[in-house]
Amino acid sequence: MDLTVGPAYEAFRAELRTFIATYGHEAPPRVDLRAPRTLAWQQRLLSHGYAGRTIPREYGGYGAQPDILEARIMAEEFAAAQVSPGLTGQGIKMLIPTLLHFGSEAQRQQFIRPTLAGEMIWCQGYSEPNAGSDLASLRTHGVLDGDHWVVNGQKIWTSSAHLADWMFCLVRTEPTAPKHQGISFLLFPMTTPGIEVRPLTTMVGDASFNEVFFNDVRVPRDSMIGQRGEGWKVANTLLGFERGMLGDPNVTLMRFNALVALMKEETLDGSRLIDQPLFRDRLMRIQGRMLALRANDLRLLSAGLHERPAALAGLVVKLVGTELRHELEALAIDALGELGALYRGSPLLRDEGMWQQHYMYFLGLIIGGGTAQIQKNIIAERGLGMPREPKLA
Amino acid sequence: MDFGLSDEQNLLVDSVSRLLADHAPLTRTRVFAEQQQARASDVWAVLLDLGVPGLLIDEAHGGSGLGVLEAALVAQCLGQHVAPVPFVASCVLAPLALQLAGSPAQCAQWLPKLASGKVLVGAALAELCGAREDAGVRASGDTLKGRALFVLDFEADVYVVASHDGQLFLVASDAAGLTRRALISIDRTRRLGELLFDNVSAERLPGSNDGRVARTLIAHGRAMHAADTLGAAQAMVDQAIAYAGTREQFGRVIASFQAVKHLCADMASALEPSRALVWYAAHALGVSADDASLYACHAKAHLAEVGTFIARTATEVHGGMGFTDLLGLHYWFKRIGLNRQLLGSPERARQEAAALQGL
Repeated sequence: MDLTVGPAYEAFRAELRTFIATYGHEAPPRVDLRAPRTLAWQQRLLSHGYAGRTIPREYGGYGAQPDILEARIMAEEFAAAQVSPGLTGQGIKMLIPTLLHFGSEAQRQQFIRPTLAGEMIWCQGYSEPNAGSDLASLRTHGVLDGDHWVVNGQKIWTSSAHLADWMFCLVRTEPTAPKHQGISFLLFPMTTPGIEVRPLTTMVGDASFNEVFFNDVRVPRDSMIGQRGEGWKVANTLLGFERGMLGDPNVTLMRFNALVALMKEETLDGSRLIDQPLFRDRLMRIQGRMLALRANDLRLLSAGLHERPAALAGLVVKLVGTELRHELEALAIDALGELGALYRGSPLLRDEGMWQQHYMYFLGLIIGGGTAQIQKNIIAERGLGMPREPKLA
Repeated sequence: MDFGLSDEQNLLVDSVSRLLADHAPLTRTRVFAEQQQARASDVWAVLLDLGVPGLLIDEAHGGSGLGVLEAALVAQCLGQHVAPVPFVASCVLAPLALQLAGSPAQCAQWLPKLASGKVLVGAALAELCGAREDAGVRASGDTLKGRALFVLDFEADVYVVASHDGQLFLVASDAAGLTRRALISIDRTRRLGELLFDNVSAERLPGSNDGRVARTLIAHGRAMHAADTLGAAQAMVDQAIAYAGTREQFGRVIASFQAVKHLCADMASALEPSRALVWYAAHALGVSADDASLYACHAKAHLAEVGTFIARTATEVHGGMGFTDLLGLHYWFKRIGLNRQLLGSPERARQEAAALQGL
């Protein structure tokens, strides 16, 4: 056990703190895609190497070597200062790593720089109405017609499709191949004729998801990452990136601190919620679980640094982390009582309804990105070596 | 930066586990429990071979001078094997009490005997975590009066006793005026008891007067019980998975049913992050980190909850067999159950966690 990071990293942390102290006031209070202030902040981060840090310089990044500890220090410091760490959409978190891994030189040149800058926004076309947990059974298909794929079908749960410039999309192009080998990874602009986006309003009250319909959408045949039929392999590399994003303990810690502040502020019968033993006990239970996940996160970080196996510790993070966040937000609502049942637009509403919004949103995250039940299958089968359910004859 | 176990620490876990598996299988624990043996000298001899009693004692006094994390790893192994041996009081709390609050003469007199395993020490601290009935020990000078309940490692030659204000004393088990009464807990693998003090003359640990050392001992005891539960719970999960992999119903092993798999995934998901929490709590105590007491409270409370959940769920995965004495699964169930209540219930530990943060 050695929890020190050494002088080089402490210097990196000190530089970052200076940067945040100097420029942090420029950061937008909330990230609005395409807003001038958001884009200007992204440029500021890029020029100092706090965004796109490990992306090669020729593609608009900072060109630093990947360094797990630097990434960790950045996450911690931006979270502690409550300053936006820049854009984190699916283009940046998922597509760019994929391009660097599987893309052609021309694709990297074309897409990475504007995506990093927030000028090119991406959405992800994976899930379909009948291909959710069993994603590989997707049916949106492309048929070659001259130099173009003609794509027909439907996607669902597509975040930001109504804002996106481009989509990266899983399309069945090899109908006779086994289901995992018949999929290709296509890229096309959302302005292509034949694409219809219908917003999908969620229980939160926002239209953050969409349904996307394809009706004879023509995509150039080489607008593809990897080869024909390699889409599943390409996409699976990315799903690892996505699951790592959900349930980040640094964000949970920020929410926990906000919850403590709320319970010190709000009163019931004139006494602060934090002074009421039942509520305080629930708060401490959540803190105990949070500290366990934080310690687990440090263990995973170290396992990455020292190339040690920690499979089970990693497999449980999405399941446990999203559940914990959901319960943390629930405690705030209970502490607020009737005030916690108010919502957007109401007088007396606390914190602009963020507690209620997160409570519902995290139920969405418990389901999305691989449902809790699918996560449990993965934990049991890959982590604990238990046998798969036999296939029905 | 390295959050994890060193090669030496992994080796320690392997050695302790292997020797316990060889010399202290469940059949041995059963004999200890069913015959209500006072001491399992043969299993204690195994720990002695490994240097466990001297783990936290410096080399000058005959120990190996290892850290609190190593002690927690041993506790984990003992829980995993439901080992019928004293540990928390004798091998952790007593050496710490002497080294933190004892005079040089007291250290010279007692530590070598502890390190060599010749003397076993119990610990009477429970009242500092909430007193039941009229329990509580008052010190008048170096004379003790009162009653101490739930004394850890009760079959001992000497006791470390805390007075109500947290001063620490050594009392010989045959001291005049001392009455001992064994308590029978659900967990038959460890001995628990009650001490009655009728003007018993005791040996004060001079560095303990402000009560801080007693609080430190409680934090260490909590981390050790958390580690013991971690090991015991891991053993129950392992047994549940193994059982589900062999038991067949409806023409297939029950491990292939999602209902059973999801119970096992729930257990693993609760337990795996707890492992890192226990490691960190023990590490923090070892380096006297600012947040050490907070983490000890949380480790104790969290492992109590996770342990209780696993004790119940792993038993359920075994179906009716889990409820019988045939498999002996209840030894782990009960060990976890006793750990939960010792040195403060989870509610009490969380209350202290809040107080430590000024909440």
